Amino acid sequence: MSLAAPIQRVRLSRDDLLMRIGVCVVAVALLVIVGLPLWSLLVKGFEDRDGKFVGLANYIAYFSTPALFASAFNSLYVALVCTLIVVPIAFLYAYALTRAVLPLRWLFQGVALIPIFAPSLLPGLALIYLFGTQGFFKSWLGGGQIYGFEGIVIAQVFYCLPHAMLILVTALATADARLYEAADALGASKLRVFFTVTLPGAKYGVISAALVVFTLVITDFGIAKVIGGNFNVLATDVYKQVIGQQNFSMGAVVGMVLLAPAALAFAVDRFVQRKQVALLTAHAVPLVPRPKLGRDVFYTLLCAVVAAGILLILGMAVWGSFIKYWPYNLELTWANYKFEAFDANGWDSYWNSIVMALGAAAFGTALTFTGAWLAEKTRGFFLLRDLVRLLAFLPMAVPGLVLGLGYIFFFNAAANPLNVIYGTMAILVVNTVAHFYTVGHLTATTALKQIDPEFEAVSASLKVPIWRTFARVTAPICLPSILDVAIYLFVNAMTTVSSVIFLYSPDTKLASVAAVNIEEAGTTAAATALCVVIVATSAAVKALHLLSDRFLLGRLQAWRRR
Amino acid sequence: MTFGRLIRRAALAGLAAAAVATPALAQKTKLTVYTALENDQLDPFKKAFEADNPTIEIAWVRDSTGVVAAKLMAEKDNPRADIIWGLAASNVGLMASVGMLEPYTPKGAEALKPSFRSGKSPDTWAGMDAYLSVVCFNTAEAAKGKKAKPASWADLTKPEYKDSIVMPNPASSGTGYLTVAAWLQSMGEEAGWKFMDGLHQNIAQYIHSGSAPCVQAAKGERLIGIGLDTRGASEKTKGAPIELILPKEGLGSELEVTAIVKGTKNLEAAKKLADWAVTRKANELYAKTYPIVALPGIVNLPPNYPADIEKAAVKNDVEWMAKNRDRILAEWTKRYDGKSAPKK
Repeated sequence: MSLAAPIQRVRLSRDDLLMRIGVCVVAVALLVIVGLPLWSLLVKGFEDRDGKFVGLANYIAYFSTPALFASAFNSLYVALVCTLIVVPIAFLYAYALTRAVLPLRWLFQGVALIPIFAPSLLPGLALIYLFGTQGFFKSWLGGGQIYGFEGIVIAQVFYCLPHAMLILVTALATADARLYEAADALGASKLRVFFTVTLPGAKYGVISAALVVFTLVITDFGIAKVIGGNFNVLATDVYKQVIGQQNFSMGAVVGMVLLAPAALAFAVDRFVQRKQVALLTAHAVPLVPRPKLGRDVFYTLLCAVVAAGILLILGMAVWGSFIKYWPYNLELTWANYKFEAFDANGWDSYWNSIVMALGAAAFGTALTFTGAWLAEKTRGFFLLRDLVRLLAFLPMAVPGLVLGLGYIFFFNAAANPLNVIYGTMAILVVNTVAHFYTVGHLTATTALKQIDPEFEAVSASLKVPIWRTFARVTAPICLPSILDVAIYLFVNAMTTVSSVIFLYSPDTKLASVAAVNIEEAGTTAAATALCVVIVATSAAVKALHLLSDRFLLGRLQAWRRR
Repeated sequence: MTFGRLIRRAALAGLAAAAVATPALAQKTKLTVYTALENDQLDPFKKAFEADNPTIEIAWVRDSTGVVAAKLMAEKDNPRADIIWGLAASNVGLMASVGMLEPYTPKGAEALKPSFRSGKSPDTWAGMDAYLSVVCFNTAEAAKGKKAKPASWADLTKPEYKDSIVMPNPASSGTGYLTVAAWLQSMGEEAGWKFMDGLHQNIAQYIHSGSAPCVQAAKGERLIGIGLDTRGASEKTKGAPIELILPKEGLGSELEVTAIVKGTKNLEAAKKLADWAVTRKANELYAKTYPIVALPGIVNLPPNYPADIEKAAVKNDVEWMAKNRDRILAEWTKRYDGKSAPKK
């Protein structure tokens, strides 16, 4: 759309000025919560352990290790396989949710989100219960074992599915029915309609989803640790350097290598974005699927299979959380839910998690949505807008360990006036928002891209201030997506471990961290129990969201219906 | 914030108001203690210390060894910890070598066994207890598969244990490195590597944690786990069908130590804790979970430990471990970690 914009210089209006100031504020905020902490760790890649500058010596040492190529190859391979499995499934599932008439649609929508509610410990532990040496379905593996490539792929598919689905539902939810009516009238085949109308409309979402899944798999460490066996990946290399050997220099080097996929993702995104046009023009007629037996049965079955797989993993975890001593004593007990017996903080860490997650949802939603809106709708000012976009993309590619350590180096520096938040709940909130910024930003951008710029143009010609258009038109249209982002941040804040594990203090220990500690202490069932409590909490919040969504959609989204 | 905590806050505020009226009540010093002790040890340790030192209050920062060590190193330029109580000597030794610790010889440290002292004057750290890297053997699974019970490290290279042993990866776990370093020191480097070549044929997985191997053996995921003794013993207490085996060639041990962090704003209180940590009372507390403690003459074998565990430990040179770490890990990684595909 920017290609069509007139090149000539226009005098800056008050709106332009306001928005440019806004872009500056968001850029500074992102620099503080993403850019500078990362920089303060990555710069260690050029120092030796004593902090002396050594140029590229660490990189040369790292690139001359043969194990690196094995890890890099494994990382790329497993990420590619997971992307190729997750994106088609997520697309079909999202398509079913938005374009078919499903019985119990709300149920399918909710179930698909369950994996996102679970700490990554949960699928790992559940898969061991199911397919481990003592597992119920071990024979299904035909003599193979769950530890290794297969285990990583199954757990990652489970874990990544909702991330991709969230983006794809956003992409498919807004469509102009007139295009389909026209195609119908012209006698186009189903296949042709799919490739010429549906897919181009969702293209941006498909590519975003693929990029998100790819980088999630590349940077995730938790699943590889629990179930990866001897399958080395780059993320486990970071762990070895940072946690195993406290070698921050080499950790920074691997962290930098991991940024490469993100840089690539950013370039691809910019390229695709240039070709995306607004779908929801001001004249659009929202598409409402009409019942059609064959299609609806097919998609219902498809959703049922996917949902059953998800529920199997969750169900195993719930059952496992009541088992006395797996696998030798399968009696059931409530004792695993008495967390005071396993962790000094007991249930306190759970309440800390709730406070932290609410904070992250409130602060993060405001920042990501406003940030995405400013980056999309500000006229001109390309350099800073691109900086905001780049910083929004970075966190996705950064392993939590790297971000967490960067936060210590940056926020604990004696000279940093912000060091007052070190050791408080605030730093956990800020860190979590930074860590999960990318998907929020992408969701908001996808939603915003589908709104015709005509809305703004009309508002401007009516001399309505831009902030009022933002509050009265843009935000309400995007409300479903805004709520999605808030829920996404909330549930991720409930489950995040890798970054906050470096930042919590005695008073701010989180439930997700407690679960990892309890698991490390060998009390698998209690760790599973805490994971189940976390899932139940997020599921309850999501259920509230679905209810309010229905209410809000009814009032604010009435225009979507005919 | 829980409701309960709110009430506690309110109660505290009330108490504070009362304290103003009674100036005799001195303000408590809050001591930030970094530790990798087990969760269930924290409360008894805190209570016992605070009972003897009512003016000091302990605030724990606890996580696994690697995370706590990484946090301490990352905070080096602006330390947040006052004192370390319960972290591996090899990690703390590294911090001493970069000047992160406040040298201090606790009152009463002379009484400790010599191997539990840092060897510096004044001391940089003081030992508390020792843990060992043992063999955890699942007897239930062994009976199913008719596997013999191993008695030595050499036994573990027998073909009957193919793909049934797990041990910690020395590049990600201190216990793993301790195990490898002990083999190399006790067998000699050449024989040590040769032994590991043989063992590698039977290894199902190099795990990223020192406590996981014995837990996996306890839950029957694997037949044999090489790893932390305390974890093996506690799993057995919980009902796991495992036996802790001390291979006859001897096994590696590691100390847990106390050390004051340089730059602490509560030096006096930190010294009080360092002093208390070497007392007989403290050592008796350590002995509840660890069979080997720093003060001589305390014998109290925790449940499910093999007898004679102290004699089984080989001499382990912490300094040698620190000096040769990069070299050994590079060699280890080259030999065993490059093969990443799971073996069939």
